[in-house]
Amino acid sequence: MTRLGLIALLSHWRRNPWQLLTLIAGLALATALWCGVQAINAEARASYDKAADVLASGAFNAMRKADGSAFSTQDYVALRRMGWQVSPVIEGTIERNDHVVQLVGIEPMTLPQSLLERETAGTEAARGNGTLLQARALFVHPDDAAAFTEENVTLHLNAQRPVGTALGDIATVQGLLRKPDEITRLIVDTVQPMGLPPIPETYRIESGAGQTDVARLTRSFHLNLTAFGLLSFAVGIFIVYGAVGLAFEQRRGVFRTLRALGMPVRRLMVLLALELGVFSLIAGGLGVALGYLIAAALLPDVAATLRGLYGAEITGQLQLRPAWWLSGLGMAFAGTGIAAAAALIKLARLPLLSFNHPRAMSMHALASGRWMAAVACLLFVSGFAFALWGEGLFAGFALLACLLVGAAFCLPALLALALQAAGRISRGALAEWFWADSRQQLPGLSMALMALLLAMAANIGVSTMVSSFRLTFTGYLDQRLSSELYLRLDTADQAEIVTSDLVTRGVTVLPIISEEIRIAGLPAEIYGVRDHATYRENWPILAAVPDVWDQLAADRGALINEQLARRNDLGPGDALPTGDPVLGVYSDYGNAAGQVVISEAEFARRYPQKRAVRFGLRADDPEAVAQYLRATYGLQGDALIDQAQLKAFSLSVFERTFSVTAALNLLTLSVAGLAILISLLTLATLRLPQLAPVWALGLTRRHLALLELLRALCLAAITGLFAVPLGLMLAWVLLAVVNVEAFGWRLPMFLFPAEYLQLGILTLCAALLAALWPAIRLARTPPDRLLRVFSNER
Amino acid sequence: MNGNPLVLIVFLWMSLACSAFAQGFAGLGSDAEGFAVPHRGYAFDFPADHGAHPAYRIEWWYVTANLQDAEGTPYGLQWTLFRSALAPEDTSDWDSPQLWLGHAAVTTPTHHHVAERRARGGIGQAGVTASPFEAWIDDWQMAGADMEAVSLRAAGPTFSYDMALTAQGPLVFHGEDGFSQKSASGRASYYYSQPFFDIAGTLKLPDGEIDVTGQAWMDREWASQPLGASQVSWDWFSMSFDDGAKLMGFTLRDTEGDDYTAATWISPQGEATAFPDGAFSALPMAKSAVAGRMIPTTWRAMLPQKGVNVTIRALNPQAWMATSIPYWEGPVTISGSHSGRGYLEMTGY
Repeated sequence: MTRLGLIALLSHWRRNPWQLLTLIAGLALATALWCGVQAINAEARASYDKAADVLASGAFNAMRKADGSAFSTQDYVALRRMGWQVSPVIEGTIERNDHVVQLVGIEPMTLPQSLLERETAGTEAARGNGTLLQARALFVHPDDAAAFTEENVTLHLNAQRPVGTALGDIATVQGLLRKPDEITRLIVDTVQPMGLPPIPETYRIESGAGQTDVARLTRSFHLNLTAFGLLSFAVGIFIVYGAVGLAFEQRRGVFRTLRALGMPVRRLMVLLALELGVFSLIAGGLGVALGYLIAAALLPDVAATLRGLYGAEITGQLQLRPAWWLSGLGMAFAGTGIAAAAALIKLARLPLLSFNHPRAMSMHALASGRWMAAVACLLFVSGFAFALWGEGLFAGFALLACLLVGAAFCLPALLALALQAAGRISRGALAEWFWADSRQQLPGLSMALMALLLAMAANIGVSTMVSSFRLTFTGYLDQRLSSELYLRLDTADQAEIVTSDLVTRGVTVLPIISEEIRIAGLPAEIYGVRDHATYRENWPILAAVPDVWDQLAADRGALINEQLARRNDLGPGDALPTGDPVLGVYSDYGNAAGQVVISEAEFARRYPQKRAVRFGLRADDPEAVAQYLRATYGLQGDALIDQAQLKAFSLSVFERTFSVTAALNLLTLSVAGLAILISLLTLATLRLPQLAPVWALGLTRRHLALLELLRALCLAAITGLFAVPLGLMLAWVLLAVVNVEAFGWRLPMFLFPAEYLQLGILTLCAALLAALWPAIRLARTPPDRLLRVFSNER
Repeated sequence: MNGNPLVLIVFLWMSLACSAFAQGFAGLGSDAEGFAVPHRGYAFDFPADHGAHPAYRIEWWYVTANLQDAEGTPYGLQWTLFRSALAPEDTSDWDSPQLWLGHAAVTTPTHHHVAERRARGGIGQAGVTASPFEAWIDDWQMAGADMEAVSLRAAGPTFSYDMALTAQGPLVFHGEDGFSQKSASGRASYYYSQPFFDIAGTLKLPDGEIDVTGQAWMDREWASQPLGASQVSWDWFSMSFDDGAKLMGFTLRDTEGDDYTAATWISPQGEATAFPDGAFSALPMAKSAVAGRMIPTTWRAMLPQKGVNVTIRALNPQAWMATSIPYWEGPVTISGSHSGRGYLEMTGY
């Protein structure tokens, strides 16, 4: 009985291969997109963890200076002589030969032994820290060796090391970073002697339990990606829901027969669950494989983005990590479960002799439409609650989810209303039949249309966000990159010679000088700027005290960038953790790290050893100055860059940042298009009983096919109209909530009607394409099949 | 000596892989090449020789003390600073090849408290200056205007102490006027002691502060390669007899040949008599289970020329130095032909 029942159930899929394809493809695509994003995240996280493994062990606390400045050797020795068991660490990055490497310098004598052993495990240094202490020894990944070809170091290649990080003795790393007397932080040993005096007031001890800087900075970015993965998954699940629901409806006859033959409802449900389980396993497997391909294709761009935006290094190579492929399979199962739950519950309640008629389906659809509208209302209310009381990125995404899913649930009811209205205003039997028939089809298509709505809204929202950002960013670059030429020299002595020469030639030289500091535990940069019209006129100030530039020149405080202001809730008049009053806040889209600007004089007082090697040059004839510099001093490569080059580079970083988003967007839209195609194909066979009478009344098959195309276009167009306001709401949430949380900046929103029109046309084309094949099939349906509808009816 | 060249050499090889360094650093060869080597007839120069000798590979300032409180409860105390050079030079920055290691301990009849410190030279975290005398690593310190009166401080997670030491007799030179031979093949170190320190101060232990007094013994030794490759372990005794005389003796155990022994008899006035290989002998009598191994904590020591035939018992058999290179070191009581107190160090068990 069980075996026969299973055969009877499975025969449905043999007769409806398109439906099976819908189910498998929908689930596989949903899993693939989710899985791809997870794979990227997992890869990045693994890279961070490996990098963090260098030293940022959670078992140890770190000591830092409250003002974020570096410790000197003297500070360190003073602490040790007080009895504090601390070990110095210097961190920094160097950029050589197109390689960016994060350097970590440790002091093997005082480093807690457990850390040292873990770090050197499996390497030739495992025998002891002698190799580390060896003059100028540096442990690097083979991929990073090229960065050190010109350095006087002994490289120890180790493929186990995270790419983009190098470990060496503190003396070696200080030498490479040209910071002979700097200590970034001190690792506080877990064991300390009795009777320890307190640390100086200006020092702080940070709990080691926190995440690494890079993980904290990039968390938002990964959450962003995850949200996109979920959105894609949701779109896919709509397809699966539709397919499962349809298959259940169509097999009512089979269910009834099986039940009438004596199969218990429980066993029937187990069989159906088994069937779906096998499908989800197959689709999940396909999805994971596809997800791997997607991730492999996107990873280089994500890696570039993370490097450009956060300075985080991740390997460009994708590995099969159990975390993400298991999560992919899990999502496939869970998704199928969600999609099938409603159908299974319905089956459990199915009266034994319920009669099998297509109307039953649409009547039921009406009831479920009401139910969905109720859920939608609930979602809108909770979305509103998130908007009012929620905080942070999670609230932002929760708001987005409520908004999108709620709107999607409203869609069938809205479409029904629109079609009803259209039917009322239309004249003529054919037109009225057209609209009525469209409404009749709605239940079968609504899931695909909901997917389309989500995809379009996401597309509009994200493209509005990216385009708004691009517009703002371009304007910002014009303001920020106001010097005609940018000069970078190797040493401060060279710089002095070149710049004094330039000054005699009437070129205005603006030093660009900065130092790495820490504010509230996160890395930041402090800049010293000269009081000059270039800054006064162009700096992209968002909010400031009156006479901000005069105040800055008089050393009465500092300017900070927007990300720092938002992260620490600072505004003009507040005081920075370093003690400087905030004079103003400026927009900065360079990277996610905080920035502080003080006057050149104050900078020199605080960091007397620091001398400028980078300069902005203001010149009337930049071309001539550039030629003179190249000819006289032999400057090459990036030693001298003009404004246009720098802008182009910055824009390219920007484009890369959003290329992943754009790619995911396009994929989501394609999934929705596919959903429409599959739904129409499924409906095509189902709809013959409705079409046959119209054909019998004299409408040609060709005419009917054209009407089918028109219907697809109408439904897509109406969905598209609903998608525009939803997409704009999405854009607003992305710009005002998600961006602020993810990157630390809030952007003005601009509208791009031409882009929306373009998307609308694209969507109509997709709908047309999706409807084309079913329409052609309809046009070629042999008349006898249409006639058979009448004979079957009897 | 006190000392444990062994501890240091193991430390050197295991922990610092000195050969790799020496080859990489300034083109020096391995082993003693480039380092100064002790020679006979060296004229000690004080206070300079109380200071560091960076041209030699290893060196130590080693203080042990037998203490008692007002009730007569005995205690032991150790304060040691080791210097270990990767190259025979010094710089005033992080590049310094001079490395420092500190060991401190307090032994009670029931507990043994240990701490270790590690540092690199060049930056001021550890070092030794001769005049005024200061030997330090982190907050641990041995300091005074000269070697006549010094203060001694150390702290670990479960103890700290602050002591004042006053010399009651002259410095004592071991071997041939401070040239102390360590093997039949002639390997040697410079080795002198101040065995006549009176000591008084306060121990801070988990149960509270304890005022103590007693006698302390300081060893100074430096060399570049004092031990042969097969001399892998070592027993060292310092004995202060109740009649005021003192005896230092050690056995260097050789895996390939005969053990090598040496001893110095010190009269109550500080006159030293050195005894050659074979004169002094020490036999393990009973073992205790310590840190998962069996260690002799009762010994019979003999120096027939001076009529010494004594039984030496550990005050606390569990005086295990659980440092990065572990060994046993603790106070002992002496009975037999002579009675008194002393210190015992055993490595390689």
